[in-house]
Amino acid sequence: MTRSLIELSDVTLRYGSSDNPEATLALARTDLVIDEGDFVALVGPSGCGKSTILKLIGGLLAPSSGGVIVNGREVGDPRRARIGLAFQNPTMLPWLTIRDNVMMPLKIVEPFRHEYRAKKKGEFAERAEALLAAVGLKGFGNKRPWQLSGGMLQRASLCRALIHEPQLLLLDEPFGALDQFTREELWATLQQLWMDKRPTVLLVTHDLREAAYLANRICVMSARPGRILEDRVVDFPRPRNVEMSYAPAFSELVQALRMRIAEARAPVSPAVAAAPATPTLEPAEQEAA
Amino acid sequence: MTALTSLSPRLRQRLLSGVAIVMLFVVWEAVCVGFGISNIVLPRPSEIFVVLVQKLPLLWPHAMQTLYTTLLGFALGTLAGVLIGALIGVSRLAYDVAYPILVGFSSIPKVAVVPIFVVWFGAGTVPAVLTSMVICMFPVVVNVATGLAHTEPELQDVLKVLGARKLDILWNVGLPRTLPYLFASLKIALTLAFVGTVLSETVAANKGIGNMMMIASGNFDVPLVFAGLFILAAMGVALYALSALLERRMTGWAQRGNDIATV
Repeated sequence: MTRSLIELSDVTLRYGSSDNPEATLALARTDLVIDEGDFVALVGPSGCGKSTILKLIGGLLAPSSGGVIVNGREVGDPRRARIGLAFQNPTMLPWLTIRDNVMMPLKIVEPFRHEYRAKKKGEFAERAEALLAAVGLKGFGNKRPWQLSGGMLQRASLCRALIHEPQLLLLDEPFGALDQFTREELWATLQQLWMDKRPTVLLVTHDLREAAYLANRICVMSARPGRILEDRVVDFPRPRNVEMSYAPAFSELVQALRMRIAEARAPVSPAVAAAPATPTLEPAEQEAA
Repeated sequence: MTALTSLSPRLRQRLLSGVAIVMLFVVWEAVCVGFGISNIVLPRPSEIFVVLVQKLPLLWPHAMQTLYTTLLGFALGTLAGVLIGALIGVSRLAYDVAYPILVGFSSIPKVAVVPIFVVWFGAGTVPAVLTSMVICMFPVVVNVATGLAHTEPELQDVLKVLGARKLDILWNVGLPRTLPYLFASLKIALTLAFVGTVLSETVAANKGIGNMMMIASGNFDVPLVFAGLFILAAMGVALYALSALLERRMTGWAQRGNDIATV
């Protein structure tokens, strides 16, 4: 029944021009397919191209070669899927109230854009308030961004990414700057939002517990140039909670992921790369190292 | 002293700055009297105030002329500054092409352009307006361009993913983000506009405070020259206060005061 929403086939991305020998090869011949309604986490050593994949799918970057298909359409097609995006930095606009910040996508995305003037005080404001209430920010709509804590701003940022009911939610380390307790609260919030609305989610993170808590599927990437090394299904029952994250099966999964990333990191240093460090090392990686 | 500390900090601050101004005049007066300074060199403040009141009917049209010229030059300079600043802030190409030219223009002493304007437009209001426009344009250009260049790349990404056009980003993010930079430059531009007007009036005009001061100094009527200075200072302070008020209303969000939140 499930249909794939995102298809990356044989994608290579080089920062800088191709004839420049110092150009950085961020992705080499990467393939990734994500089903509609799935929750996928992308983990890997730092600088491996996780965020690059996210930007490719969001249409912020064009691949050097290969295909990036979202919702059956090439990147750049304006009728592509509706997408929401949130970063580690909540980037709320300081001159707007929290509610107006959350409503910003409605000002830009069709078909809401044309109704914005008529509905911004009525239907759209109610929708924003309902979403704010769902993430625990009921009554904060009239506040200004500097009156809220980092965790609250990140909740508002999630609302902004969801207000236009996107088919695809792209999250780039959204909870990276938060303390442990706030982060765990937001995991539960995000899980609940996903279970209610069922968008397709791609979460880039370096927190392995976060990936295991939230995702249905975890893709582990190699060091630069990044490729998907391992694709794991996470089948813990939902809704998951923090207590479950201390169960043996969960810890085993996190430990296995950690080992895999530690292996993936190794080829970065030239001394190690000279010797065949891991059995999975393939020609593409040796070439780049 | 205890009476002073019981006042609110804001009121105390105003009181102290008022006292400082009065003290300045008192010391000035005392120095003039004590050292027997001639009023052709440095007139006493009391003399200047007397001249100011007596000759107000004569000074008033000159003051209005200067105010009119300054405001017109300031408005044109700001408009041109915002347009050029927006262009070079948004387009990398325009930035690369225009910046060296702008730096070159802005380093020309503006006194030097007055004779050219006079040759082109004759003595009078037009060269004064143009001088004040040219002189107050550059800070606006630089600040608007800087403000636009400081739009967070992450926020731009959030909007681009939504399919925002360049104009959407400029209108919803770039321009509001630039307002504090613009207002900071307007306060500088306003004082510079006065400089430009008076400069041009002293060189080639038949009206305005600058012209009046040139004639008065030719007649060795130094108290009248100082009266002109006082008028310029008063107009400058009034316009500065006006722009500061406007700034607080428009960009309160950038000042992070807790009193703003309740507005």
